[in-house]
Amino acid sequence: MNLTLKIWRQKGPQDKGKMVDYKVSDISEHMSFLEMMDVLNEQLVNSGEEPIAFDHDCREGICGMCSLHINGEAHGPDRGITTCQLHMRMFKDGDTITIEPWRAKAFPVIKDLVVDRTAFERIQQAGGYISVNTSGNTQDANATPISKHAADEAMDAAACIGCGACVASCKNSSAMLFVGAKVSQFALLPQGKVEAADRVRNMVAQMDLEGFGNCTNTGACEVECPKGITLENIARMNRELFKASLLKF
Amino acid sequence: MSGYFTSSIGRKFAMALSAFFLIIFLVIHLAVNITSVFSADLFNELSHFMGTNPLIQFGLQPVLIFGVVFHFVMGFVLEQKNKAARNIKYVRNNGAANSSWMSRNMVYSGLVILAFLILHFIDFWIPELNTKYVQGDMSGLLADGEGFRYFEELQHKFVSPIRVGAYVVAFILLALHLLHGFTSAFQSVGATMGRTKAMKNIGKAYSILIPLGFIVVALFHHFNH
Ligand code: HEM
Ligand code: SF4
Ligand code: FES
Repeated sequence: MNLTLKIWRQKGPQDKGKMVDYKVSDISEHMSFLEMMDVLNEQLVNSGEEPIAFDHDCREGICGMCSLHINGEAHGPDRGITTCQLHMRMFKDGDTITIEPWRAKAFPVIKDLVVDRTAFERIQQAGGYISVNTSGNTQDANATPISKHAADEAMDAAACIGCGACVASCKNSSAMLFVGAKVSQFALLPQGKVEAADRVRNMVAQMDLEGFGNCTNTGACEVECPKGITLENIARMNRELFKASLLKF
Repeated sequence: MSGYFTSSIGRKFAMALSAFFLIIFLVIHLAVNITSVFSADLFNELSHFMGTNPLIQFGLQPVLIFGVVFHFVMGFVLEQKNKAARNIKYVRNNGAANSSWMSRNMVYSGLVILAFLILHFIDFWIPELNTKYVQGDMSGLLADGEGFRYFEELQHKFVSPIRVGAYVVAFILLALHLLHGFTSAFQSVGATMGRTKAMKNIGKAYSILIPLGFIVVALFHHFNH
């Protein structure tokens, strides 16, 4: 199929940037979206132009590196997938596809379609861990009984790959689905409960400091999340923060 | 609780509390208004009680005013912050693909409700204050002393088709505001029940029936006076 691509080009963080039109032809419907981007970049390199910078790594939906706001949606029109898992069969011959970077003040553009997502790392560093001594006398993992229900819910929350699609699709650029997942993953398990109050307090404080917006429960994040992280995780984070605040006057 | 109410989540919590308060207030307000459809006397009695009972006037009324003002001021503050969190807009954004129109336009439905509230204050509340506290007439009686004045005043307000039209539009926007807001408020306080099917249905029923009730009362008096 032949396509017209409208792509955000920006030389560096300080550059103003603009949308540029490109044409690609003979795209197979079996290609992934990123393979289509590879075809375009080859074309650009061959004609001596600067290829388009975009993030990617595993190309199988597990690392969370690929991003892209495609035709007005994070990771494009399909559901439950990352951009590397998006197939060109979702598009038709002759389509015009708009490709933009994630847009959020907390995710500044580095170049073209690549944004800086280290704000997520800083939120993680603020509390997204448990402090365990790995001194050689580690307890057997099965020594602490955990209900199936809690284990399943924690596992579901832990599926978050930190891609940032939730922020990108939220009208408020809110990171609450991501932070909710990271808080929940630990809060549901006995190992995580020990530091639960400090964790949620510090992670939310860091989230606010990074300049992410405030959740208004539109639910766009849940729809666009490639890993099916649910709004329940945001509700749980809200409860956890309330509990944590009651503990500390 | 230090820091809780200045955090993003704490602010949402406060927003939801003020919203719950308004949700309960609307039920009470409608319950009083509905009586005017079938009994002028009952409506008069209730209005007089509501307007002169010290507990309601000096206890609940200030809370109500604070709740309303807090709700829309906080609404605007949050909206501003959220707008600022995306300094560069998307060239193409398909909001309809992942969220409802109501949820994306709360500040606009809110603005229409606010405009209505201002009109409502000028219509009913300021004259009430004037009669009761400036002129000192707490009797609630008509100028000729023949019975209570509330029902006649109400009928009088709904004569103008323009006012009734504005009233209807505002309540449609209130319905839209609530169609998102009702369940949203539960989520904001961390209550999972807001996302259960039963609660979503209750939310829908409330959001449609309550504004519809107000509209019915307005239209009834417009066509029956
Ligand atoms: C009697 C009138 C009103 C009722 C019953 C009402 C109800 C609600 C409810 C239930 C919520 C959801 C709260 C939450 O998610 O935590 C809400 C949110 C909101 N309201 Fe109101 N509201 C009213 C008037 C207003 C007014 C006058 C404004 C003025 C602008 C306004 C602006 C907002 C905004 C901006 C939000 C936040 C948006 C969001 O969370 O999605 N509301 N309202
Ligand atoms: S919650 Fe979903 S959309 Fe958000 S970062 Fe995690 S995987 Fe990505
Ligand atoms: S490249 Fe790893 S998830 Fe897409």
